[in-house]
Amino acid sequence: MSRDTARILALHGGLLVLLFVAQFVLPAYHHGNLARIMVLASYAIGYNILFGYTGLLSLGHALFFAAGMYGMGLGIQHGGLSPAPALLAGVVAGAVVSGALALLALRTTGVAFMIVTLMFAQAGYLTILYFGDYTRGDEGFVLQTAQRMLWGIDLSDPTNRYFAAFTLFALCLCLSLWLVRAPFGRVLVAIRENEDRVQMLGYDTHAHKLAAMVISGTISAAAGAAYGLLFGYVGASFGSVQYSILPLLWVLLGGAGTVLGPFIGALFMFYLIDLSSGLTAAYMLIAGVVLVVLTLFAPQGLVGELRRRFWKGLP
Amino acid sequence: MTVLLSTRGLTKRFDGLLAVSDVDLDLTAGDVHALIGPNGAGKTTLVGMICGRIAPTAGSVTFDGRDITTLPAHKRIGLGMAYTFQITSVFAGLSVRENVALAARGQPVQGDQVDRAVCAALDKVGLSDRAQEVAGNLSYGHQRLLEIAMGLAQAPRLLILDEPTQGLSDGEIARFTALIEGLRGHTTVLLIEHNMRVVWEVADRVTVLNFGEVLAEGTPEDIHENRAVQAAYLGTG
Repeated sequence: MSRDTARILALHGGLLVLLFVAQFVLPAYHHGNLARIMVLASYAIGYNILFGYTGLLSLGHALFFAAGMYGMGLGIQHGGLSPAPALLAGVVAGAVVSGALALLALRTTGVAFMIVTLMFAQAGYLTILYFGDYTRGDEGFVLQTAQRMLWGIDLSDPTNRYFAAFTLFALCLCLSLWLVRAPFGRVLVAIRENEDRVQMLGYDTHAHKLAAMVISGTISAAAGAAYGLLFGYVGASFGSVQYSILPLLWVLLGGAGTVLGPFIGALFMFYLIDLSSGLTAAYMLIAGVVLVVLTLFAPQGLVGELRRRFWKGLP
Repeated sequence: MTVLLSTRGLTKRFDGLLAVSDVDLDLTAGDVHALIGPNGAGKTTLVGMICGRIAPTAGSVTFDGRDITTLPAHKRIGLGMAYTFQITSVFAGLSVRENVALAARGQPVQGDQVDRAVCAALDKVGLSDRAQEVAGNLSYGHQRLLEIAMGLAQAPRLLILDEPTQGLSDGEIARFTALIEGLRGHTTVLLIEHNMRVVWEVADRVTVLNFGEVLAEGTPEDIHENRAVQAAYLGTG
């Protein structure tokens, strides 16, 4: 193991240890927040694979998040599944939906790709509303405590919930770290930098982008399924355009194309809104100003800035 | 002598402009074959069709006895072609080593062989001591050399070099010609080149393009004495 690899493992492993320990010391309020942030950060990790590493800006990831959430939720509510197979159903739904959208959307590039993904996500959102008899539309539906027993573990219990969120986040973080350091991930980065050149090195860039989108969509779906299960609510708002923009913001703030960026971005944004809304009703104004300042002075995001200044080899 | 690559009637029309017209070209295995001609003669378009970056309007390309006219670029590379870009096109944000490693990993070799191919390629162009630098920080000439190293790391059967010596110093050009000499016999080279000293020094065969058509083909001596070529390209002196 090279010295660089050791440092990288120490940093990312260190964060996981910190998060693991945090649950024993944090007050209840922040404990709950952090569980939520870890699930949302997992969503952002999925988004980052496509946007940060492959350079494809999707405006439709809410479709994948919702596919996971509804795949899980409908499986429990109408399919009578228990949580474990329901989670799996959510993940599979995300993989299928992202694969199908990838086949269509990857025929386009640039702005057209953004619009196609946005439109399909809107179509997905409207589909949720259209089938209101099953999905309960805007109102959504609540998963009862009895429906949220995973292998006998009650996921509505805060400690169990924290553990479950931590497990998901740790898996996503490790997967992402491994992926971007593996030859496959290096090719994704190269596609981001110069796709034409990658093709002339003998790589099937279309197949790589397709795989990146399916991996990204599947991780996003896993986060969506977990979110529904852990917090007991499945609703159409999670399929709205807002939930496509949020992961983009988290990733941009934290640092696109960095493994830790999605978590830092989600954490920062969550507490920015949380703290500013405690001060004033115009909290979006404060949040907006902070975001503008950050974009001006750290255009590569918080972790991106760290990498630029101190640690060039940070994945 | 075996022919590694041949084109028949290769034509490219961009709307009204006939960029390449009815080109028959044969590359003998192991040769260094130079492609010369004035600016806008269609050289880059021609090699673009050979390596699959540009779809031809008409004609065919055969590589190692197989018709590859409709094959996408990455599959042609998989068959053993490599193409280095005229406009330097390295991955500016990645290290020099990573650039060459990406080229090496595009081939069906893995593990230690990748490292060895990377070191050998960097050594050949003289960039070994800059392996860890970010490619975008290299000087223009060094980026050209990196481009060539990427081509070498692919261990191709046919190496297509599009104006490789543009922007190189005299010392670097000398190193480049020595490098091409070293490839002679086992790697076929198709070289687009403006520097005539390099062409006369390394080429076994020369094809001259003018207005998209083959004006002449032959040994460097034939071309040097060809009056039509002199008139079109070299001047009358």
